[in-house]
Amino acid sequence: MAKIKSIEDLRKVAKEHRDSIELLVRENDPDGFVIVKVAMATCSIAAGAKEIFDLISEHIEKRGINAIVTKTGCMSYCYAEPTVEVTLPGKEPIVFGDVDVFKADEIIEKYIKNGEILEGIIPLNYRTAESI
Amino acid sequence: MVNKTQIRIALRNCGLINPERIEEYISEKGYMALGKVLTEMSQEEAVNIIIDSGLRGRGGAGFPTGIKWDYARKSVSDQKYVVCNADEGDPGAFMDRSILEGDPHSVLEAMAICGYCIGADKGLVYIRAEYPLAIERLNIAITQAREFGLLGDDIMGSGFSFDIEIRYGAGAFVCGEETALIHSMEGERGEPSLKPPFPAESGYLGKPTNVNNVETLANIPVIYLKGADWFSGIGTEKSKGTKVFALAGKVNNVGLIEVPMGTTLREVIYEIGGGIREGKKFKAVQTGGPSGGCLTEKHLDTPIDYDNLIANGSMMGSGGMIVMDEDNCMVSIAKFYLDFTVEESCGKCAPCRIGNKRLNELLGRICEGKGTEADLDRLRNLGEVIKDTSLCGLGQSSPNPVLSTLDNFYDEYISHVRDKKCPSGVCKDLMEYFIIEENCVGCTACARACPVGAITGERKEPHLINPEICIMCGACMEKCKFDAVILK
Repeated sequence: MAKIKSIEDLRKVAKEHRDSIELLVRENDPDGFVIVKVAMATCSIAAGAKEIFDLISEHIEKRGINAIVTKTGCMSYCYAEPTVEVTLPGKEPIVFGDVDVFKADEIIEKYIKNGEILEGIIPLNYRTAESI
Repeated sequence: MVNKTQIRIALRNCGLINPERIEEYISEKGYMALGKVLTEMSQEEAVNIIIDSGLRGRGGAGFPTGIKWDYARKSVSDQKYVVCNADEGDPGAFMDRSILEGDPHSVLEAMAICGYCIGADKGLVYIRAEYPLAIERLNIAITQAREFGLLGDDIMGSGFSFDIEIRYGAGAFVCGEETALIHSMEGERGEPSLKPPFPAESGYLGKPTNVNNVETLANIPVIYLKGADWFSGIGTEKSKGTKVFALAGKVNNVGLIEVPMGTTLREVIYEIGGGIREGKKFKAVQTGGPSGGCLTEKHLDTPIDYDNLIANGSMMGSGGMIVMDEDNCMVSIAKFYLDFTVEESCGKCAPCRIGNKRLNELLGRICEGKGTEADLDRLRNLGEVIKDTSLCGLGQSSPNPVLSTLDNFYDEYISHVRDKKCPSGVCKDLMEYFIIEENCVGCTACARACPVGAITGERKEPHLINPEICIMCGACMEKCKFDAVILK
């Protein structure tokens, strides 16, 4: 990695990163590429997030879905851990709570494959610094 | 309706980016603030922005961050240090861990900015060893930042060099106090020392040191990106920005929340927290952990900020917020926190070491039904003496849970000492097992289960428990199939 020497370089790294995701989407499946994030803070992992992360990663591949599965820190919904955020192409991200093995399967089969709305969606309950 | 009371500043990237990839942080304008400060601002200008923003320390005491930086900047020395206080120790508080696990680069970036502002080239993160995942992610973040040239020599060609190391704490509560923290980092016992000298003059290894809490630091980059005015436009007159709380206890939606200063407890508990569990009645909310106090129904509409909480006998603390319902006994709650303080007192000064121990014993006696009304006066007097005479913040605030429950729930204390009753049914020693006549069918199961023969009664007739003999083991209640045995 070349060292960042200026604000311009920072912008470049940011752009390259965004482009790499876009490229991933374009090359794989422009209409169906899915982004899955699993909250993996200590407490999420204690609630079972690691198993859910492994399971979703495995099944996404097995079932031939074009997606990236990535981990994040705390999504802040302690009452509903483990939590999983799914972004379908062209849609707003949706967070599912209390995800166990069955729920994970349902998310893949029903929401990711067919866009079918499931129970257990956590409504977005905050504004970001950018929006105010 | 979607509630949008919350505003995410410190938690802006938490749960959204992969904390183990620096590119994701950079994509969210990460390290832009550092770039801006290094290329466009003098040290003084950069410090003034933080002063103007009105940001105050999020670790507990609420000291203005910019002023702290300015003291350290003005100290003359060949070597200065920036320390991140990640020794989060309040029971029930986890916001610092969440930030470090979810967005470690925001803290590293802020430390580098602080380094530039005060003229330090070395940063240290003091973190408890019991946060292994936070440590792992911090290490990954530090390595990546070095690879990208965002830590190390001559950052962005500015001539400014800064690097960060991690120091591990053993998880002592008192080491969150900045002088104790510094002693611990030096390899000394984790005991506080008298201020002055303040760390800004003489801190780590006797050099000027600026200590800031994790959440405080996480706010810094955004202030440079959005401006001091933007930041000071959020919050109340004397408390700017937002505060992260670990909302726990008897609310439906326990979680990590970030609200603008000045949000009311009612909004937090009922709108964000979704109200009290099982439709029970709200009783109190404990803020500030072992240093804080309990607020009640009458405080529900008080805007939460540093000064209002102190005026009402509690404090911001690091941001633990534990909600209690009618089933919580306030005397037991006070005792819970005192147990913690007694355990965590470093023992250096007598008021804290001995005073808290005596305070805890008094509470123990009250919970056992051996307290008197004179004990309540003793509690208050002793509590006030400990507050006034302790060496550091731990002792100066440790009686708060006792004093605030005395203020707000005096009736409950009176029930314990005068009537020898615990209205919430928590203090075991103040309760008796009792058989409800109507429910008892006289099956004799309880009498046979009782190991001390405290239960008498004829077959098919209601039984009776003799409280003089009863040892409160609960065997009768377990055996009864007719819900006839109750505890009251």
